[in-house]
Amino acid sequence: MDFSLTEEQTMLKDSVNRFLGKNFSFEQRRKMLADRQPMSTQLWQGLAELGVLGVPFSPEDGGYGGGGVETMLVMEALGCNLTLEPYLATVVLAGGCVARGAADWQKKILLPKIIDGSMILAFAHSEPNARFDLGHVGTRATRDGNNFVLEGEKTLVLHGSVADKFIVSARTAGDPGDARGVTLFIVEADEENLGGQEYPLFEGTRALDLQLAGVKVGPESVVGTLDQAMPLIDTVLDRAMAALCAEAVGIMDALHATTVDYLKTRQQFGQPIGRFQALQHRAVDMLVQLEQARSMALLAASKVDSSDVSERRRVVAAAKEMTGRAGRYVGQQAIQLHGGMGMTDELNVSHYFKRLTAIDVLFGNAASQRTRFATMKESGATAQMKPPRKSWVKI
Amino acid sequence: MDLNYTKEETAFRGEVREFIRGHLPGDLSRKVLEHKRLGKEDYVRWQKILFEKGWLAAGWPVEYGGTGWSAIQRFIFEDESAAAGAPRLTPFGLHMVGPVIIAFGTDHQKKQYLPRILSSEDWWCQGYSEPGSGSDLASLKTRAERKGDKYIVNGQKTWNTHGQWADMCFCLVRTSSEGKKQDGISFLLIDMHSPGITVRPIITLEGEHEVNEIWFENVEVPVQNLVGDENRGWTCAKFLLSHERTGIAGVGASKRELHYLKHIATQEQEGGKPLMEDPLFRDRVAKVEIDLMALEITCLRVASADRDGKAPGPEASILKIKGTEIQQELTELMMDAVGPYALPHLPMAWGDHWIGAHVGPDYAAPLAARYFNYRKTTIYGGSNEIQRNIIAQMVLGL
Repeated sequence: MDFSLTEEQTMLKDSVNRFLGKNFSFEQRRKMLADRQPMSTQLWQGLAELGVLGVPFSPEDGGYGGGGVETMLVMEALGCNLTLEPYLATVVLAGGCVARGAADWQKKILLPKIIDGSMILAFAHSEPNARFDLGHVGTRATRDGNNFVLEGEKTLVLHGSVADKFIVSARTAGDPGDARGVTLFIVEADEENLGGQEYPLFEGTRALDLQLAGVKVGPESVVGTLDQAMPLIDTVLDRAMAALCAEAVGIMDALHATTVDYLKTRQQFGQPIGRFQALQHRAVDMLVQLEQARSMALLAASKVDSSDVSERRRVVAAAKEMTGRAGRYVGQQAIQLHGGMGMTDELNVSHYFKRLTAIDVLFGNAASQRTRFATMKESGATAQMKPPRKSWVKI
Repeated sequence: MDLNYTKEETAFRGEVREFIRGHLPGDLSRKVLEHKRLGKEDYVRWQKILFEKGWLAAGWPVEYGGTGWSAIQRFIFEDESAAAGAPRLTPFGLHMVGPVIIAFGTDHQKKQYLPRILSSEDWWCQGYSEPGSGSDLASLKTRAERKGDKYIVNGQKTWNTHGQWADMCFCLVRTSSEGKKQDGISFLLIDMHSPGITVRPIITLEGEHEVNEIWFENVEVPVQNLVGDENRGWTCAKFLLSHERTGIAGVGASKRELHYLKHIATQEQEGGKPLMEDPLFRDRVAKVEIDLMALEITCLRVASADRDGKAPGPEASILKIKGTEIQQELTELMMDAVGPYALPHLPMAWGDHWIGAHVGPDYAAPLAARYFNYRKTTIYGGSNEIQRNIIAQMVLGL
């Protein structure tokens, strides 16, 4: 049991934070939001030059060879700096599908371009009416000779409007909800019969609804094994959820620090408002939630690489639940403790709050994660006690 | 970073599990698992078994009879003990006064008391709270006046746990009323068999006798029973409160209770289905289970900081708050799980030898009482509000 970071991990964390501190500011974020800019090409290139875009990819693929912990460190930094970059969409989600599922020749084409920042990929998986059921795939891929014709609708494709290519999940067999019969395809953004509508999420991230109205792709666009993409998708989504937990912790850290500072400086009734016990206790409860969420983000980061799939899924669901719940609490209290100022767009507090709220909703909010968690099978229970026997009234 | 147990830690867990399986008496663990009333002899019985093995004072330095285990090993030991249904170790000697004597006591005090704590010859109790001094502990009024080689103690202590069984009491007493209120306090070891001591039971809401009032009337205490310097007892008191912080979360016991809760909720039926399949009930169980998973990791973070020689971070301060909230939630869920059968009040069925009729399932009898009793957890050991004050001041600097 070891919670300490290695020297390389500490360096990675410091260098990402230093780079973002120097090259990105809250004013830039606000300007990007006003300009409806989904990402900053300049910042993305800088992250590429720093090697950050290669963090989770193996050295054979030209990456840094990082695991869950390294991704966690990057996401925490991206979170507390309130960036808008497509790290989750391109590197974790779509990049994860390619790195874990694609053939070597496909990886050779795609991964170096992801890593050097010249190609943006987006993951088109969620569908209308699926709500939080991540296994629901209704989009059809019908065979047409050697080719496939894709028909269906994808929703909430993160950073879709800046993507050069999409990784699209579609059904090559079975019915929506079946675990078997899902296949991943690479679809070019400029493909014929591909339409879409772009919109912002409430915190500013831009997303796309994608219409696939008979998009024809060749057999070379298939990623991984036909009909059997679901385990791969689950793996990648678990990594994405663990990454979001880390981003949330980075945000909660920053938000808590900002709030405590505010309590020390804001004067009312002739004293700093942090002297009032009612407010002190809220600040402490924020810390309790934050540290509990941090514990789960650490656990998720260390288990996403685990070969025990059921343990991985259980831990990730629990971590997503905990960070979702903690994020709501910390965000709500931060607004309350900042008073009217917390309500303004001008202060970063509201931006943190909205991003935390979005993170909770993405891939299933706390309530849905609890249901997922409760209905999963436990793996290797540690308790060894005998069950109590029920005995009825003896008269 | 690696959140898996090392090979050595896993082997250690195996060794602990093996020992407990071979040495924890079945009748004793059944009492614990089924929430039966435990007597002094139950606690002492298990402590003597651990003492013989050399595992009783896990946190003490080796030269005083400790194990030399790391904080992670101590966590594993507590985890395994709790899972198997071992009685909790009575903390007053082992986790409270013992470490204070080791840190501040004289050689004579160490020789006199430490071996008797280990052998369970002395049962210790705590003389901290007073009727007028609860959360504001430093306002305490029990006086100790020095007369020659004795202190004469007069006053009243309260919320004294298991004082009815105790041989010794560690007491905070006022030896000076000058200066700051914290500066006139001394830490005294008092023989409970001394003339002038009266122990009166306080019956708590569930009907049990766990705590007492103690009256001191001209009780003579030899001056060699003063620990540390006169008027410097607050230092000992603070040391004591900060000791064994990971234990206070009670993660092992809560994991055991969660397991028990799931068994009850699987057997209880609602609308022809196990209660565990009811979405609302299942949701509450999932929430507390996830809180507990997180707390376990938070505890291990504190334990590993201890091993690395780092001062405990803010995470240490949250253990008491979150740990007790989880304990309370589990007792509440268990009571809710048996529905109307929480209502019958059958204190005789909480004993081990009850062979009379139960009303409803036999596991139901102690559950309401436990729910009532566990309201104490957020009050004792520095109420959770006091914990929040401490964190606000010491960690957040408010």
